[in-house]
Amino acid sequence: MARDTLTGSRIRERRIMSGMRQADLARLAGISPSYLNLIEHNRRRIGGKLLLDIAEVLKVEPSILTEGAEATLIAALREAAAARPEAGAELDRVDEFAGRFPGWAGLLAASLRRISTLENTVETLSDRLTHDPHLAASLHEMITTVTAIRSTAGILVETREIEPEWRERFQRNINEDAQRLAESSQALVSYLDSADDAEADLNAPQDALDAFLADHDYHLEELERPGADPRALAERLPGSAARSLALPVFERLAEDARALPYADFVAATAEFGPDPVALAHRFDTDPARVMRRLAALPEADVTGPLGLVIADASGMLTFRRPVRGFPVPRFGAACPLWPLFRAFSRPQVPLRDRVVQPGTDGAAFLCHAIAQPVTPPRVNRDPVLVAHMLIVPVPGGEEAARDALPVGASCRVCPRALCDARSEPSILAEGF
Amino acid sequence: MGKHVLVIEDEPNIIEAISFILSRDGWRVDTHSNGHDAVETVHAKAPDLVILDVMLPGKSGYDILRELRADAQTQALPVLMLTARGQNKDREMAEKMGASQFMTKPFSNADVLACVRALVGAG
Repeated sequence: MARDTLTGSRIRERRIMSGMRQADLARLAGISPSYLNLIEHNRRRIGGKLLLDIAEVLKVEPSILTEGAEATLIAALREAAAARPEAGAELDRVDEFAGRFPGWAGLLAASLRRISTLENTVETLSDRLTHDPHLAASLHEMITTVTAIRSTAGILVETREIEPEWRERFQRNINEDAQRLAESSQALVSYLDSADDAEADLNAPQDALDAFLADHDYHLEELERPGADPRALAERLPGSAARSLALPVFERLAEDARALPYADFVAATAEFGPDPVALAHRFDTDPARVMRRLAALPEADVTGPLGLVIADASGMLTFRRPVRGFPVPRFGAACPLWPLFRAFSRPQVPLRDRVVQPGTDGAAFLCHAIAQPVTPPRVNRDPVLVAHMLIVPVPGGEEAARDALPVGASCRVCPRALCDARSEPSILAEGF
Repeated sequence: MGKHVLVIEDEPNIIEAISFILSRDGWRVDTHSNGHDAVETVHAKAPDLVILDVMLPGKSGYDILRELRADAQTQALPVLMLTARGQNKDREMAEKMGASQFMTKPFSNADVLACVRALVGAG
């Protein structure tokens, strides 16, 4: 939905936020309450002097009412506030901040992402010190040798009377151990120095893959061609871990492209719309493949913007293609009410739900979800399931959102106080 | 009180140094350098105290200690654990498994001697 068609919704949000009754705002703006009601429900367009008057009464910049602020930016700012609650960020004015100072707000959100990446790097480093078997073995070898040297040297220094044969023996031992220590130190330094792409390896591989896909608008032209080489494409990612992570994703995308050829698929999408089940029937394939294919094509080819998230059974999001107005958490758990997670309880049954996120213009989204096995059937063994959820914006503003399932992005930044699925307190007392 | 120590450690030069220090202090020292049959060796040698390294080929010092503590014959045998790690979790693990004392490598000879003496009340 175009953001400027939601000016009325934003006026309503602002009015409620400032505790003003509809009748009072109408009176101060010089219009009837019923006319304001139509405006607030986006049934009358608003501009010119009336917009300026209403903005003045609500004490906001008119541009905040007409343009609002980017929902994902607001979500990022809320995450920043959640990470440092002691900073006392004015959460009730986050929309105003993002709307009035988009550059500063963007910088803050980017800084948060950078901090998260750096924290990830520190964690990876700590993990490496603890679990890298080569590093652990080298350090153990060095400490053992140092222990032998220290103990033997101590004997030579502290023992007043020591037989010549023992003295010679211990001197030889120290010499051997010193030699061993020198060799193991050099080996360790070489190992640390020569680690291929060491720095790139330390960055979160998922971040590198996400950034690569976003840079290409999630459409990898190379994989559409006959004889596509996913490995060559994966080689363009920084760091071996990111390349390993990207390879199966690219291979899967190339396979999807072969199964659902570009021209045929775009033509069918124009006929059926972004409906994974209808398209799966049309091409005799599974809905998850159709969802991935839809999310791998340029927006204009698939009748508009859409998002895709893929999760494993632990709830970890392994793929994210965000769509405006539907914030997807970058780190940590997502909202358990998403149809994505409900799909795990009904494997291979396509689910379809209209959902609405709080504080995102009240816009609705049609979510198609399915959990499918990714392993072949094995006797007495449960299959490994992976769930896909396609997120399609629904036009119609608040009207479309009526009766939609209220969901959030994640508990920490969700203002819905009475939610059965809440797993941790929200940093938001109320919705803005 | 007996003065018989069994050193279970796989690094020959450490074995040699500890053996020398303890021998000079009047202890009878036996040594063993792998984890496989360490428990059997403890039973065969019947020492007054065991110095036990954590990282051993074949079986870890923690597993050996667990077996010793599960056996009525060696349940109360003083055991000094040696490890190259000094993190709290290793100390906690050693205590949990029933180590009498825990010492982090590299150690000083004086500390080893003092600890051994204290454990068998020979100080």
